[in-house]
Amino acid sequence: MSARLRKLLALLRRLSGDDAYERYIEHRCAAHAGEPLPSRREFWCGEVERKWQGVNRCC
Amino acid sequence: MKRLFWLAIAAAGAFALGGLALHRGESINALWIIVAAVCIYAIGFRFYSAWVAAKVLSVDATRATPAVQLENGRDFVPTHRWVVFGHHFAAIAGPGPLIGPTLAAQFGYLPGTLWILVGAVVGGCVQDMTILLLSTRRNGRSLGQMARDELGPVGGIAALAGTFVIMIILIAVLGLVVVNAMKHSPWATATVFATIPIAMLIGLYMRNWRPGRVLEGTAIGVTLLLLAVLGGGWINEQPVIREWFDYPGLTLAWFVIGYGWCAAILPVWLLLAPRDYLSTFLKLGTVMLLALAIVIAQPELKMPAVTQFIDGTGPIFGGKVFPFVFITIACGAISGFHTLVASGTTPKLIASEADVRIVGYGSMALESFVAIMAMIAATLLDPGVYFAINTAPGVVGATAEAAVATITSWGFPVTVEQMEALARNMGESTLFGRTGGAPSLAVGMASIFASSFGQGMLAIWYHFAIMFEAVFILTTLDAGTRVGRFMLQDTLGNVWAPLGRTSWYPSVLLTSTLVVAAWGYFLYIGVIDPNGGVNILWPLFGIANQMLAAIALSIATAIIVKQGKARYAWVTLAPLAWLAVITTTAAIQKIVSDDPRIGFFAAARELADALATGALPPERAAVAPQLIFNQQLDAWLTVFFLVIVWVVIADMLRVSWRTLTGRPVLPSSEAPYVPVKGVA
Repeated sequence: MSARLRKLLALLRRLSGDDAYERYIEHRCAAHAGEPLPSRREFWCGEVERKWQGVNRCC
Repeated sequence: MKRLFWLAIAAAGAFALGGLALHRGESINALWIIVAAVCIYAIGFRFYSAWVAAKVLSVDATRATPAVQLENGRDFVPTHRWVVFGHHFAAIAGPGPLIGPTLAAQFGYLPGTLWILVGAVVGGCVQDMTILLLSTRRNGRSLGQMARDELGPVGGIAALAGTFVIMIILIAVLGLVVVNAMKHSPWATATVFATIPIAMLIGLYMRNWRPGRVLEGTAIGVTLLLLAVLGGGWINEQPVIREWFDYPGLTLAWFVIGYGWCAAILPVWLLLAPRDYLSTFLKLGTVMLLALAIVIAQPELKMPAVTQFIDGTGPIFGGKVFPFVFITIACGAISGFHTLVASGTTPKLIASEADVRIVGYGSMALESFVAIMAMIAATLLDPGVYFAINTAPGVVGATAEAAVATITSWGFPVTVEQMEALARNMGESTLFGRTGGAPSLAVGMASIFASSFGQGMLAIWYHFAIMFEAVFILTTLDAGTRVGRFMLQDTLGNVWAPLGRTSWYPSVLLTSTLVVAAWGYFLYIGVIDPNGGVNILWPLFGIANQMLAAIALSIATAIIVKQGKARYAWVTLAPLAWLAVITTTAAIQKIVSDDPRIGFFAAARELADALATGALPPERAAVAPQLIFNQQLDAWLTVFFLVIVWVVIADMLRVSWRTLTGRPVLPSSEAPYVPVKGVA
C-alpha cells in the first residue's frame, strides 16, 4: 500500500472513530501504565453509552 | 500576491451577485448562486471571523484547551482541526437546512437565498463560533449551565425549558416529513422499514462480532442500504407484496410513534449508534455528490426570483415574506440548536483555541451551503410542479384536476399529464400534495443526479434521496427523544430522586413514554389536518429554533460585556436584535392575526364557526374539535416562547447594565489561564 493510501485510511479511521480503542490504549499506557486495560468490547460498550448521553445530533 | 487572490475572490463574488441582481424576468443558471455563495463564505471566513476571533473573543493559541488539560482518551481528546470540523459538521447538519429552503422557495429563490447567505455570515457562523469558544473556556459546559453561571437561575431555567419544547416540536415536524414521504408509497415505505433491521444488524456487528470496527460495519451497512433502495423498487412491482407496504398517513404516524418509543427504550448500541454511523456517511457522501452534480449539470432555475406570494397568500404556509422567510429558514442561516452541540461535545475535542474559527464558523458556512443547494434543488423544478407537490389538498382541492386548475390560475402552469408522467418516472403512484419538503427535494435531487450521472435511473435516485432523508430524520428523532428523556429525568429527579436515575428502568419507561407522547400528539394532529400540518408545525419550529438562538446570543452578549468589551458587543447584539424583531413579529402575528391562515386563534375561531353552522363535511367535522384545541394550544405555546425569550433578553440587559454601572454581578465562570506546554 502506498504511503498516501495509508494516510487516507488513517484519516478515515480517525474521522469515523474506528481507531478510538487503539488511541485509548495508547493514552492509558502513557498516562496510567500498569493498570488493567478494558477489552475492545468493554471499551466499545462504555463509549457508545457515554456518547449518547448528551446532545450530539441536531436539526 | 495574497492580497491579489482575495481581491479576485471579492471581484468574482461581486460579479456573481451582480449577475443575480440583473437576471430579472429570465431564468438564471444555478452556478451564479454557487459562485456568489462560495465567495461570500470565503470572505466572511477570511476577514470577519478572523476579526471577531482576534478582537472580540481574544482567541489565544497559547492557552491550553480542556482537551489538552483534561485529556482522558475518551471524551476529552485533543483532535486535529479537520477531524473536529468533520465531527462538528456531521453533528449540526440534519434535515433542517434541506427542508426550510424547500418550503421558503414559495417566495421565489431570491429572498431565501439572500437570508441564507447574510444570516449565516453575520449571524449563524458568529453564534456557533462564539458559543464554541465560550464553552471551550469553561471546560465544555452546556448552554444551560453557562446561562445559569453567567446570568443567574432565571436565565438558566428559561434556556432549559426552551430547549425541551423546541426538541418536542422538532421531532414532531420531522416525523411528519417522513410520514408524508412514505404515504401510499410502497417503495419508500419498504426502503425506510428495511433501514431498521439493517441498523440492528450493524449494531450487533460492531458490538459482538467485530467490536468497534466502525469502518467495516459502516461499509457493510451502506451497501445493504443501497440494496434496500433497489429491493424497494422490486417490491413496488410485485402486485401482492406491494400492498403490505401501502399505508395511509395515520397508520404510518402510529408506526413512527411506536418506533420512536421502542428506539427510546432499546439500548443505544442496538439501533441508535449504528444507524447514526450509516446516516453520517450517507449525509457527507450525498452532500458532496450533490455539489458535484450541480456543478456538472449547471441547472437553470425555473422559479421566478420573487413570486406574488410575498404578500402573505402563499399556499405552502401563510404569512408575508417578512418575517416568515426568516422563520422558515432557520437551519442554514442561524439555528439555536447548534449551540447545544457547540457547548458540550465539540469543545472537549478542540486541540487549540485557534481551531474554533474553522470548526465553529467554517462548519456553519458549510451547512449554509447545504441550504443553498436545497434551494437550488427546489427552484430548478417547474414552479407548477413544485407547488403541486408541496401544497396540501385542503388548499388546492382534493382532485388532481382541481389542483392543477388552482395552481395554473396562480400563473404557474402545470397539467395532470405532466404530474402523472413525473410520478411514473419517479416510481410513485402520485406526487400531488406530498407536503413536508422531502418529496419535492427528492424530485429535485433526482433530476440533478440523473442529468449528471445518467438519465433513466430517476426512480432509483428519487428513492435514494428519500431513504437518505429518512435515515437521518429517524436518527434525529431517536437522539432527540433520548435527550428529551434525560432532561425530563433530570427535572423529575428533583421531585423524587429515583426518577432522576438514568438507568432505573421504571423511570426510563415513564419518561420515554411522556416524551414520545408529547411529540406523538403533534405528529398525530399534523397527519389528520387536511391542510397538511407542516404549515402549522414548521413555522412553530422555526420560531422556537430562532428563539433558542436569541437565548444563546443573549448569553454570549452578557459574557462579552462582563469581560469589559462592551464596545464590541454589537457583534452578537446585532444578530440578537434582528432575531428579537423577527421572532417577536412572527409570534405576535401567529397569536393575534385575524387571517386564519396565519393566526392560531383566528384559525380556531373559523373552524369553530364552521362546525357550529354545520358547514363542514362529516369526516372533517369529526376531527374539528381536536384541530380547534390544537390551534389554541399552539397559540399558547407561541406565547410561552415569547415570554421565555424576553425573560432571557431582559436578564441579559440587567446583567449588562449592572456591569456597565459597576454594580456586582455573578463572577465569570471562565476556567483559569493555563499555558500550553513549551510557552511558559
